[in-house]
Amino acid sequence: MIRFFRNFFAPKKRNYPDFWMDYAEQFENGQPTTLADIRFVVFDTETTGLDLEKDRILSIGALSLQNDSIDIDSSFEIFLDQEFYHAGNIAIHGILRDEIQPRISEIEALRLLLDYIGNCILVAHHASFDRAMIDRALKRHGMPRLQNRFLDTSALYKRTLISSALLQKKDQYSLDELAEKFDIPVKDRHTALGDAYITAIAFLKIMGRLKVKDGFLVKRLFK
Amino acid sequence: MKNTISTRVADFLKKYPPFSEMDLQDLEKLSQKVSILYKTKESTVFEEDAPPHKQFYVVHKGAVVLRKKSQRDVIDLCDEGDIFGLRPLMANENYMLGAQAYEESILYAIPIAEFRPYTQKYDGVASFLMESFASNTRNPYSTDYKGILLGESPALKPQIDKGLLDLQHVHYSKKLVTSPETTSIKSIAVAMTQKKVGAMLILKDGLPVGIITDRDIRNKIATGAYPITAKAKDIMSAPIITYPKRMTIAQAQMAMMKNGISHLCLTEDGTANTPAVGMLSKHDIMLEIGNNPAVLMKAIKRAENFKTIKTIRRNVTGLLKGYLDQNIPLTLTSKIISELNDACIKQVIAITLKEQKDPPPVEFAWLALGSQGRSEQLLHTDQDNALIFEDVPQGELSRTRTYFLKLSKTINKGLNTIGYEYCPAEMMASNPEWCLSFSEWKDRVSYWITNPGPEEVLLTSIFFDYSLSFGEGRLVDELTAHIFGNTEKYPIFFTHLASGALQNPSPTGFFRSFLVEEDGAHKDFFDLKRRALMPMVDAARVLALSHNIKSINNTAERFERLAELEPNNEEQFLACSYATKALLKFRTKQGLLHNDSGRFIALDTLRKEEKMKLKRTFKTIKELQELIKLRFKVTSMLG
Repeated sequence: MIRFFRNFFAPKKRNYPDFWMDYAEQFENGQPTTLADIRFVVFDTETTGLDLEKDRILSIGALSLQNDSIDIDSSFEIFLDQEFYHAGNIAIHGILRDEIQPRISEIEALRLLLDYIGNCILVAHHASFDRAMIDRALKRHGMPRLQNRFLDTSALYKRTLISSALLQKKDQYSLDELAEKFDIPVKDRHTALGDAYITAIAFLKIMGRLKVKDGFLVKRLFK
Repeated sequence: MKNTISTRVADFLKKYPPFSEMDLQDLEKLSQKVSILYKTKESTVFEEDAPPHKQFYVVHKGAVVLRKKSQRDVIDLCDEGDIFGLRPLMANENYMLGAQAYEESILYAIPIAEFRPYTQKYDGVASFLMESFASNTRNPYSTDYKGILLGESPALKPQIDKGLLDLQHVHYSKKLVTSPETTSIKSIAVAMTQKKVGAMLILKDGLPVGIITDRDIRNKIATGAYPITAKAKDIMSAPIITYPKRMTIAQAQMAMMKNGISHLCLTEDGTANTPAVGMLSKHDIMLEIGNNPAVLMKAIKRAENFKTIKTIRRNVTGLLKGYLDQNIPLTLTSKIISELNDACIKQVIAITLKEQKDPPPVEFAWLALGSQGRSEQLLHTDQDNALIFEDVPQGELSRTRTYFLKLSKTINKGLNTIGYEYCPAEMMASNPEWCLSFSEWKDRVSYWITNPGPEEVLLTSIFFDYSLSFGEGRLVDELTAHIFGNTEKYPIFFTHLASGALQNPSPTGFFRSFLVEEDGAHKDFFDLKRRALMPMVDAARVLALSHNIKSINNTAERFERLAELEPNNEEQFLACSYATKALLKFRTKQGLLHNDSGRFIALDTLRKEEKMKLKRTFKTIKELQELIKLRFKVTSMLG
């Protein structure tokens, strides 16, 4: 029903690129409901900064995860060519402007990304930021927002902590804190794919903690 | 295209055979085709008799156990870097063994189709896999069974019964401690003391020529037969007896007995003409057999890293299982196991301290809380701990706390590595709430005692069973004195503590049936900890505190002491002591059976006499709760 209304009130589809139409079409038939059939894509973006207006995506790394298994061969890693550049951020993510990685345009990146993610469930650490960055990029190229459902490992992690008067939960848990808690090496921290990998392992461990088993209703994750 | 993740996989694989035989380039190509699998504890990788997967597995993190259904015994335990599930690579048959995650694990799944070409390209790879497969363990060196496929030969049966150990390739120490033959005895003794070894290998031109052991120094130097200025070659046992490195435990034992020696030197080709690759002591062999607490204790104290302690703790679990199987009294069993666990914790702290750049700014005490503090922790469970540091001037408090928080973080991590899960409620010394100065702790416990709300009672019940794991005992003693001083002034505290002790619901319902959990992950399971053990533990604590019984934390022992102090209730308290031990043993057995904490029990898996035994303890619990209610006048408060 909700879907109906959403579609009903949605603006009439305009001249979106073909790749957008192909992407959007995948959401029409609904998604698998058993956990083993669901494809999760764990991703991370490296950006020039945290300002949604000014800053731009420099790199996207993503891993496809299904049935508790990550297939390395189908991982996703792209670098974007952006006009806007902060010298100050280079120190963090190390993507130098003239580095040799093949770079692609933003629109090409969006095409590849949408093609890769399809109608999966997207997983990211502090997902709202990555989501907003991509949505902004889509908007710049005249496309609507991402249609996928999102899970945030920071919020999910909080749910693994028992509620107890003795424990003060924090509002936010950083990826480094999760890596430490779950004993994940942070060797490739601050590369998009490296961070996506750390997020993916943390996500799997969180799912384990949340007793996600066969017969588990996926919608409970979105509570 | 090579990427961040495949490089990481290749980096890991290249450390282990057979991948160590491959060129890095090939390995990176293969790594791209790998899948990373996550398995929760107890989940199945493949079942016995299941059709083969398209991949075999390497343990990246955690451990996987291989079992045969018919015999419940473990055939093999695969640790980090071990491979398993090779059957589909070799034969198009169903799996002969089932594989299950022993701990939470991450596995690399290597696709067989992608891997097969390399078995042809590299001889080393092929032969390693053949041997692994033929011997049916990850360890291809149990030569006695080479060529015999598992399940096809009755010869394997006795091997499984004996736990397979004495036919396994022995793990020797690769860290050689050596000296040239011209070194003085004094410097050899100094080096042996520093490196904590009982034997020194003596070399001439890089080749082994003799061994000096503790015994040589005692017999030849301390007796005055040789001066302390003598040279190594004067007193060493020579000629040296060497063996090849691929040796089974049984062979090594035989070799030592035959030659009347306690150390073997292992060389590249087994003769004294090639360089030494390792040493093997009687102690190493005992450890391998792993059924001796003294040997385990020694091994713990020698451990230089967390990973080693983790391996030793698996042997401790084996020892515990053996004790329970043989029906050794639980009091003795739990003493020994607690001592070993305690030693592991001490060693983790000692290692951590050694690795710190700066020594601790002031004295401190590391406390074990909860079941660990009561020496009732037989199985691997969560860690509960706290830290007290000595008072410092106000200006230095923040810096001092920062130091101890950092230290605690590393210790908590180390404890996690050796098998203690992080406490989900963060009741750990790395939590700023549980890492306080002596005065802060005094203030805190005073607050708990004078303001006993439900939360404070809960905190007290966790905290008051502390025991010193490491550090300055004086801090602990003074805190204890402070607690007893306070409780004497505020007797109402006991009433609150007693009411807390009565909160756990009775184990049986109206019709004397077990009460099981009604919802959550453990629906329909009986919660042995909450419904049976906790009421005993809580009651013992409040009674012990009210009697001023210091320094007895163990619940069963507390009841025994209470029986002495209250002769008119002697029978009841002795029954409580007995029931506590019975419950603890029950829980431990359940935990060993299911490789978990033993807390939740599926009642339908119990035999009738087990249920009867369990129920008999319930009567004791009920009577104990009545006594508490009456003595501390709890009814008026509850009403």
